[in-house]
Amino acid sequence: MLAPARPDELVPPSPRRARTKPPLLLVLPACVTALIALLPLAYLVQRALGDGLSGVGDVLLRERTARLLLRTLALAGAVTAACVLIGVALAWLTVRSDLPWRRGAMVISALPLAVPTYVAGFAWISLAPGIDGAVGAFVVLTACSFPYVLLPVAAALRRLDPAQEEVARSLGLEPWAVFRRVVLPQLRPSVAAGALLVALYVLSDFGAVSVMRFDAFTRVIYSSYRSSFDRTPAAVLALLLVAVTIVLVFLDRRGSSSYSPVGQSTPRHPSPAQLGRGRLPALLFAGGVALLSLGVPAAALVYWSLRGTADALPAGDLLSAASTSLGVAALGALATTALAIPVGVLAARQGGRLPRLLERTSYLGHALPGVVVALAMVFLFIQVDALTPLYQRTPMLILAYVVLFLPLAVGAVHASAAQSPPVLEEVARSSGEGPAGALRRVTLPLALPGIGAGAALAFLTCMKELPATLLLSPPGTATLATKVWTETGVASYSAAAPYAAVLVLLSAVPTYLLVVRSSVR
Amino acid sequence: MRIRGTAGKASRASKAALVLTLLATSACGSGASDPASSDESLVVYSGRNEKLIKPLLDMFTAASGVQVSVKYGGSAELAAQLLEEGDKTPAAVFLSQDAGALGALQDASLLDALPQTELDKVDADFRSATGSWVGVSGRARVLVYNSKQVQEAALPKSVFDLTGPAYKGKVGYAPTNASFQSFVTGMRVTEGEAKTKQFLTALKANEPKTYDGNALVVDAVDKGEVSFGLVNHYYVYEKAEEAGGIDKLSVKNHFFPNGDPGALVNVSGVGVLKGKGDERSAKLVSYLLSTAAQTYFAEKTHEYPLIAGVAAEAGLPPLASIENPAIDLSQLDSLGATLKLLDEVGLT
Repeated sequence: MLAPARPDELVPPSPRRARTKPPLLLVLPACVTALIALLPLAYLVQRALGDGLSGVGDVLLRERTARLLLRTLALAGAVTAACVLIGVALAWLTVRSDLPWRRGAMVISALPLAVPTYVAGFAWISLAPGIDGAVGAFVVLTACSFPYVLLPVAAALRRLDPAQEEVARSLGLEPWAVFRRVVLPQLRPSVAAGALLVALYVLSDFGAVSVMRFDAFTRVIYSSYRSSFDRTPAAVLALLLVAVTIVLVFLDRRGSSSYSPVGQSTPRHPSPAQLGRGRLPALLFAGGVALLSLGVPAAALVYWSLRGTADALPAGDLLSAASTSLGVAALGALATTALAIPVGVLAARQGGRLPRLLERTSYLGHALPGVVVALAMVFLFIQVDALTPLYQRTPMLILAYVVLFLPLAVGAVHASAAQSPPVLEEVARSSGEGPAGALRRVTLPLALPGIGAGAALAFLTCMKELPATLLLSPPGTATLATKVWTETGVASYSAAAPYAAVLVLLSAVPTYLLVVRSSVR
Repeated sequence: MRIRGTAGKASRASKAALVLTLLATSACGSGASDPASSDESLVVYSGRNEKLIKPLLDMFTAASGVQVSVKYGGSAELAAQLLEEGDKTPAAVFLSQDAGALGALQDASLLDALPQTELDKVDADFRSATGSWVGVSGRARVLVYNSKQVQEAALPKSVFDLTGPAYKGKVGYAPTNASFQSFVTGMRVTEGEAKTKQFLTALKANEPKTYDGNALVVDAVDKGEVSFGLVNHYYVYEKAEEAGGIDKLSVKNHFFPNGDPGALVNVSGVGVLKGKGDERSAKLVSYLLSTAAQTYFAEKTHEYPLIAGVAAEAGLPPLASIENPAIDLSQLDSLGATLKLLDEVGLT
């Protein structure tokens, strides 16, 4: 349900649709969403120019900046490639093959989304102290983010018409050739969408690279705040990340426009592919991935909990941190999804320039490190008098979550809305519904599964968020993520373990729903 | 068929939405009480960890009756936030992990002058020259060593010795840690840029092992992964608590003698934000420099107390005996130049 599949993938292009003007009812709120996504940019430009253009040039032309950019892009490229391989393979195994315990394997494969990279990082470091630097960052980021590819690809696989594969097989193609020549090309949009999310996530991540001491872009942005108390270089570097995001978002379109099937078939259950002698290796592969992505953090959490014998479980703190986390993550998910709906629906329904631009704009904040977005919010709420009364109150934190996590919901809504044929809305309109009525009674109900999936993704990402939560939450409040940070700050892994465990377990609920929902026909 | 299937999904989705809304409403309920309390209480930004500071602030509230509302974060991130907030900050008091962050706020004229009576409680070495912040606890840079691998008599006399062949690949450090950067800044101020650069280049060429924090360096030295480590003095005591006694550890502190730049004493400190110098913030500053709070630092964080009459952890050399390199800690805010130097040398 997650794949921002392009409309042309599923629905025959209709010349009439192209000519209809985008309804204001969607365009106006979508513009609001895009403006919100642009907020950090306004702040960054202002700060970057703080020392004049020469200051910008100074940072950009440093030899180290180029080196860092290349290192970071190489890491993002490697992690994305690995996530695509693992994600596509696992999606196919769990959806299309006769792999034993498929349903369980699917749920387990999605669960790493619930593990924050800093928890996974600490887990790897404590169980395998030798692993650090590029290899460590690669392993942790891959283990935590391959579900971003797995989920949309699995959803797309379920939508594929198995008749095409049957035809290919009957024409004598080997199973591998069927997969490569028939299945894979149709998966490209969902692979591209998932890969984009992974790449942007790697660019923005601070947890894994700091624990693994890999000199990535975000780490330098942080150390620029830390060691020079100068916000200009950090802003320039963050703008460079935005530039990279823009390039990636436009690359994404090219990756997805080359295959357009002619129609949509009635979905039906295909007969699962027989793995035969490949069964054992396939099972080992799925088990290995689960071991590395879930087993390692789980083992570390259990080990830390057992080692800490001195203190009793801080039940009160745990409960209050958990309820704060659930509350802000729920608000974050609601706001993010609500703002994502007009952008996603518009992009799915209207192929035009403006909807595409609005959708891409919503991605801009996703590659920015949390601290940058947080400082942008500080700037905004302090400078705009009307907003100052809300400073460091919950709505401010929620706005930061929206900026950071919009694409997760936009992608899911887009994919889901694109699945329902636009002709249904045209019927509603011709039988007397206004644009609002058609939206409310036809488009939105049909897009609801995607809306739910987007909300679940946004929810669990908000749960994990740390840097912006630290700076923006009201004084005196603690979430599970900030508690983990506090405890590990005094190197007390055993005291951090209960908070991390509850964080992972609570996030596992929406992750489970995400999988169950997307596997229901 | 298809529509009905979708409607089933839709009802599930609306149930999920309902749950989300309920959760969100509960957050509104709990969120509403927070800002109300922060209106009445003294807002403190703490760059020091909640585990260390919260018990101390609870003691302060019990003693003074002043309620505090605390935002915890990294010192530098909070300093960046305070710089963005300017004179509209809700914070009244900033507790910083190091002098550099306070120096940056002092340079931006965001700190009020503290009462002279408070400043006078602390040696002039450990407070701002302009009186805008004061140190509340001290930490010394030390060389930790593995006592099973290294004889006490063979310990180096100066941090500059660590670039020699005998130390190749045997030194652990945390170059991205603020305390290491303060040490480099101190060396730049006392020894000059050229000599510092030469030292860092030679240190790097000697293949030191990098760790992500001082505690990890101390762990590595204790295990014998490396024989030496450049850290702050109190990490050994923290590890001793975990291990059940300092005699159970192989890792020990060594203080460089003779005012060596490797023995810099830095402080954590407190400043009052511009225009927030009222009775309550004065009470907090005064409390942090009281016997109770200083004893807390000595016992709980194993740092050096900075007021007269409170003793440091047993076994530590007296603060006065560490010949601090001649440096004004306010100058530690010239970390920008240090970062540039570390960048040039490639120690990041």
